[in-house]
Amino acid sequence: MSFITYLINGISLGSVYALIALGYTMVYGIAKMLNFAHGDVIMVGAFTTYTICSTMGMSPFIGVPAAVIVCTLLGMVIEKIAYKPLRRASSPLAVLITAIGVSYLLQNLALLIFGADTKSFTSVVSLEPVLLAGGQINITGETIVTIISCIVIMAGLVLFINKTKAGQAMLAVSEDKGAAQLMGINVNGTIALTFAIGSALAAIAGVLLCSAYPSLTPYTGSMPGIKAFVAAVFGGIGSIPGAFIGGILLGIIEIFSRAYISSQVSDAIVFAVLILVLLVKPTGLLGKNIQEKV
Amino acid sequence: MKRFNRLVSAAVVSAMVLAMAGCGNTGAGSGSQSADSSGAENAQEGTSAQASSGSGAGSFMIGSMGPLTGDNAVYGIAVQNAAQLAVDEINAAGGVNGYTLELNFQDDEADPEKAVNAYNVLKDWGAQIIMGAVTSGACIAVTEKTMEDNMFQLTPSGSAVECAQYDNCFRVCFSDPNQGAASARYIGENALASKVAIIYDSSNVYSTGIYESFVQEAANQNFEIVAAEAFTSDNKTDFSVQLQKARDAEADLVFLPIYYQESSLILTQANSMGYAPSFFSCDGMDGILSVQNFDQSLAEGVMLLTPFAADAEDELTQSFVTSYQENFGDIPNQFAADAYDAIYAIKAAIEQSGVTPDMSVSDICEGLKGAMTQITIDGLTGTGMTWTADGEPNKEPKAVKIVNGVYTAM
Repeated sequence: MSFITYLINGISLGSVYALIALGYTMVYGIAKMLNFAHGDVIMVGAFTTYTICSTMGMSPFIGVPAAVIVCTLLGMVIEKIAYKPLRRASSPLAVLITAIGVSYLLQNLALLIFGADTKSFTSVVSLEPVLLAGGQINITGETIVTIISCIVIMAGLVLFINKTKAGQAMLAVSEDKGAAQLMGINVNGTIALTFAIGSALAAIAGVLLCSAYPSLTPYTGSMPGIKAFVAAVFGGIGSIPGAFIGGILLGIIEIFSRAYISSQVSDAIVFAVLILVLLVKPTGLLGKNIQEKV
Repeated sequence: MKRFNRLVSAAVVSAMVLAMAGCGNTGAGSGSQSADSSGAENAQEGTSAQASSGSGAGSFMIGSMGPLTGDNAVYGIAVQNAAQLAVDEINAAGGVNGYTLELNFQDDEADPEKAVNAYNVLKDWGAQIIMGAVTSGACIAVTEKTMEDNMFQLTPSGSAVECAQYDNCFRVCFSDPNQGAASARYIGENALASKVAIIYDSSNVYSTGIYESFVQEAANQNFEIVAAEAFTSDNKTDFSVQLQKARDAEADLVFLPIYYQESSLILTQANSMGYAPSFFSCDGMDGILSVQNFDQSLAEGVMLLTPFAADAEDELTQSFVTSYQENFGDIPNQFAADAYDAIYAIKAAIEQSGVTPDMSVSDICEGLKGAMTQITIDGLTGTGMTWTADGEPNKEPKAVKIVNGVYTAM
């Protein structure tokens, strides 16, 4: 019986990772850059909802859309100010380091504005938990909402990219920026749109993360952000279904290793699994093996 | 392909670096702070501590230091206020053996180096007794200097083991390991549970110190530890596994030797999985009721060992809280209570040993050192407090239970 409980807990944790990983993998897949500030955009989203719902006492139906709007704008501003000027830099590391800098900037700004003390986040989900097997198995409303939103967002993204003009433009930019520009695609606009969508996803992920684990500090996003990045690499970075599968698997592995091996080394086990997967399949579980043309 | 691989591996490496950087974010609290006493060496050598009593011929000069500014200012201010209150009370009542007490409090910003500077300032002022420092890291640095000078030192609140490492150093609060043993005894003697689970932070020295001594002492008590689960500072959002294991092991009490930030998450998650054991914690839990937006009904029934509860019914606490509020407008915390007791312990030790202000610092220290192990204090943080020669207090721990959102003595 406890096996099933652990499995559900794993899926619950994994679905949060998956939701964050979707944003990571999308930005990487199209803009070919790792946005390490993604975890902190999550935190900004959570703080926006916290301020509107808990401090100002408004409904989550205002708080969640507001977080999405704030994060979308934040994502576009970060892209415009911090990443775009470096896109032509000779080393891809320049943008990576900038992303880390933006991450610390957001953390420290949140420290200044909200202080270091922990805030308890009120869940935006009012769904009753589902009890199975006479109350022994308890699936919380947050888990159900997170998994459903994850699947909906994943399906929506796949459809958007494959069926719309803007999505096709994203695919083209991801394959070859220069050629896409020659074909009349607005590369800068497309990448800005990518960041806007990625950051909007981050806002939703932040709200659901803090609903499931209701503790909010300026550092709330950093560790889940890193785990979600691992999940994205695990599933094949750039692949949207890969991020989903990677996230869920990572959550399950983490919970099982904590339950059946040791609660102290579960992180080490997670990273060991990642290394093993990358050794066998260097592009991750669903990653595409793109040949570089000379 | 090749470039792609390189990029991913670079990213993984930087992710690991970030993960490690994340380890530094553990919150400070009443637990130990790392001692960086690199600046401790530059104290003037050769200035002998035999400086005679200077200005206050008829007074004992008590020097004290603690953070009055910075992150931990709330602790230092509480100690300063309460110590001044105790000194004024004693002087108004005729002093100690006919001598008055004089207090000089210096700001150390909870920084070891600044604490040593403060100590040097106090020595120039003519300090004969040190009541400090307030935080563990600063206190450890000061013990090195008082040991060299053989000056008597009593810290109100330095809980790290090293704060009382020399035989001239005593403390009023429990040390970190003592809290664990005291918790185990309290649970055993009051028969609070027969099966106990522990959830602790294996990446934090405060938490592991309490955990280890709890397990050691639990062997002598008539309850059983059925689960001991850890988490680390990088892994402190999901506690479902730890709680599930405690539940599977049928634990009727969960011991949480951790800070209140993580405790608030554990209480929420236990509630949402429908698991309702009793919870027992140490002074790190102090603060749970101040977490913004926290549903206080979840903390209902939580027990914690804390040396002081401002709403305790006894006469001493009542009069202390009243006069503290009159003078400073705040409700005193445990640091204030520790400092108040420290001044009264110094008074009792002076009376016991019969030292006088015209004696040398070293002679006063020898006298007080011996007297500390003979005195018994009925203080705010415990009745019948005595001290061992290695500086540790012996007192009954006080446990409080959260009832209707306030601490209630058990």
